[in-house]
Amino acid sequence: MGQITLQGVQKAFGPVHIIKGADLDIADGSFVVFVGPSGCGKTTLLRLIAGLEDVTDGRILIDGKNVVAVPPAKRGLSMVFQSYALYPHMSVRGNIGFGLKMAGLAKDEINRKVEAAAATLNLTPYLDRKPRELSGGQRQRVAIGRAIVREPKGFLFDEPLSNLDAALRVQMRIEVTRLQKQLGTTAIYVTHDQVEAMTMADKIVVLNAGKIEQYGSPLELYEKPANLFVAGFIGSPKMNFVTGESALQRGAATIGVRPEHLKIERDGAGGWPGTIAVAEHLGSDTFLYVDAGPLGMLTARYIGELSLHAGDRVSLVPDPARIHRFNEAGNAIRG
Amino acid sequence: MATKQTQYLARSLLAPAVGLLFIWMIVPLALTLYFSTLHYSLLDPGSEVFVGLENFRYFLTDPAFIASLKNTLVLVGSVLVLTILLGIPLAMLLDQPVVGRNIVRLMVIAPFFVMPTVSALVWKNLLMHPVSGLFAWLTKLFGLTPIDWFNDVPMFAIILIVAWQWLPFATLILLTALQSLDEEQKEAAEMDGAGGLSSFIYITLPHLARPITVVILIETIFLLTVFAEIFVTTGGGPGLQTTNIAFLIYSQALIQFDVGSASAGGLVAVVIANIVAFFLVRIVGRNLEA
Repeated sequence: MGQITLQGVQKAFGPVHIIKGADLDIADGSFVVFVGPSGCGKTTLLRLIAGLEDVTDGRILIDGKNVVAVPPAKRGLSMVFQSYALYPHMSVRGNIGFGLKMAGLAKDEINRKVEAAAATLNLTPYLDRKPRELSGGQRQRVAIGRAIVREPKGFLFDEPLSNLDAALRVQMRIEVTRLQKQLGTTAIYVTHDQVEAMTMADKIVVLNAGKIEQYGSPLELYEKPANLFVAGFIGSPKMNFVTGESALQRGAATIGVRPEHLKIERDGAGGWPGTIAVAEHLGSDTFLYVDAGPLGMLTARYIGELSLHAGDRVSLVPDPARIHRFNEAGNAIRG
Repeated sequence: MATKQTQYLARSLLAPAVGLLFIWMIVPLALTLYFSTLHYSLLDPGSEVFVGLENFRYFLTDPAFIASLKNTLVLVGSVLVLTILLGIPLAMLLDQPVVGRNIVRLMVIAPFFVMPTVSALVWKNLLMHPVSGLFAWLTKLFGLTPIDWFNDVPMFAIILIVAWQWLPFATLILLTALQSLDEEQKEAAEMDGAGGLSSFIYITLPHLARPITVVILIETIFLLTVFAEIFVTTGGGPGLQTTNIAFLIYSQALIQFDVGSASAGGLVAVVIANIVAFFLVRIVGRNLEA
C-alpha cells in the first residue's frame, strides 16, 4: 500500500515561503508528476514527502499515518536523485544493496534481492562494476535499482532524466513508466519537462510559486485548464492568449486557443488576419508564427505539410468549441 | 602546433631552465658523493684522504644510527596518526555551518604559518616549561607535580609540537575534501537508512581515502627531515632519545666536525627516504588512482 496525502503542507526557509499550503491525495499505485517552472517548489515538496526537509506546517499522511516526525528511512519511500547520487566507491551490487545492509538483512537475502532487482533492470552483467565504469543510462538504472530493491510504499523521482541525452531520455521515460506499472508502486515524479509530465503521469500536479494550480489527469489539464498559468504551461507550442475585443465578445477577459485549434485560411476574411513571420516545416507538422497586428504574435499548428512561407498573409479562425475563456483573475470560466 | 619546428623551438627555449635545474641538483649531489668517500674533518684541515666506503661503515655501525632511525620512524608515524585521527573530526566540525566560520577556520589554520623554530620556542618556554609553563601551572592547579616534558618524555613532547604544526595541514586538506562530498549522496544514504555512524563509515571515510593518502605522502616527506623543533628544544637529547636521522647528520657535521661521515649519512638518508616512499606508494598509493 502506498497512499500519500498532504494536508495544508507549508514550508518556509526563514521569511521565504516556498510551499504555501499544499493539499493533495495520491492514490495507491498511481503515477503522479509534479511539474512547474524552476523555482516553483516542486523539488521542495518532494523532499518534504521524503523527509529530507521538515515541514513548517501541515500533515503528510502515508497510508493514513502522519509521518512528519518520522525520519526518511522509516517512511518506507525511496528516492532517485537528479545526480543519481551513487556511492562511487561501491560496486553496483553494493550500491543497490546498501539500504538492505543498513536494514540489517542477512547477506544471502541481500544478494538474492539485489540480483532480482538487477535482472529486472538488465544490470546483471554490471553487478561488480563501479559506477564510474557505467554509462549515463546504466547509472540511472542503478539508481532506480537502489530504489526498487527496498520494495518501498512509494518511489520519489527528482528530475531523474534531466542528465541524459534526448534519445536516451525518451527510452528511459518508457522504461520507468513500464516498470512502475509492472510493480504497481505509487510514484511521485518531479520534472520541469511538460512532455515527460504528459506522457508518464496518471495525474499531474501543476505547481507555480509554491501553490498547486491544478491537479488532474493529463488530458483534463489539456482540455480544461483551470487558469491561465496551467493553460500556458501545458501544451506545446504554447496556447495563444487574446485579450480585448475578441475576448469581450465571448464574455471573457482573456481567451485562449491552442495552436492546433486554429484553422489556417489563405487570404480569408474571417477570423484573425495577419502576416506570417516565421514558418517551420517539420514534415509531420507545420508551425506558423503569425504577426496578427493588435492581437500580437499567434502560433498556429497544421498537421502535415502546408506550403506557406514568411511574408504570406493568412487568416486564423479559432475552433469555437475549443476556445478557453478566462476571467479578470485568470481563472477559467466554465459553461 | 606540434610541428617539428615548434618542438625544436620549445626544446631550445626550455633548455636553459632545465640545464640550470640539473646543475642545481647534480653539483651538491656529486659533491656529497665525493665528500662521503674522504676522511674529511674540519678539526684537521688539509688532511683529506680517500677512504672508500669507510665513512658509510662508520655511520651505519654507529649505535646512534639505529637509535635515530627508530626515532625518525616513531616521530613520523606518531605525527601521522595524530594529525589524521584529530584532523578528520576537526575537519567535520569545521564543515558545519556555525557563526564566524571563516574566522574559526583561519585560526585553526594559523599554526601552519608559524615558523618551526618559533613554534618550538613557544612550546618550550611558554607551554612546556616545568617552572613557568602553562602546563606546569595547570598541573599545579590540580595539586600534581609538573611534568618536565623535555626530560621525562622528550620524544612525546617533540611529537606533540610537530603534530600541532601539521594538524592544520591535515585538517585543511580533509576539509576541502569534505566540502566536495556530494550532498545528494549523503541524502541518499539517509534515505537508505544509514545513521550518523554508518554514514560516516560507508560514505564519508571512503570519500576521504584519497585526501588521507595525500596527507600521508606529503607529511611523510616533510616529517622525515624534522630538525628545527629538535634543535630548539632538546638538542637531540637526553642522550639520543630525540635524535632523528636529520639531527644525527647535523651533529656529525657541525658538532663532531666530520664532514665525510655526515655526507655518508646524508646519502643514507636519501636511500631511507626512498625506501619509505616506495612502501608508502605501494600501501596507500593505489587510493590515488582515479
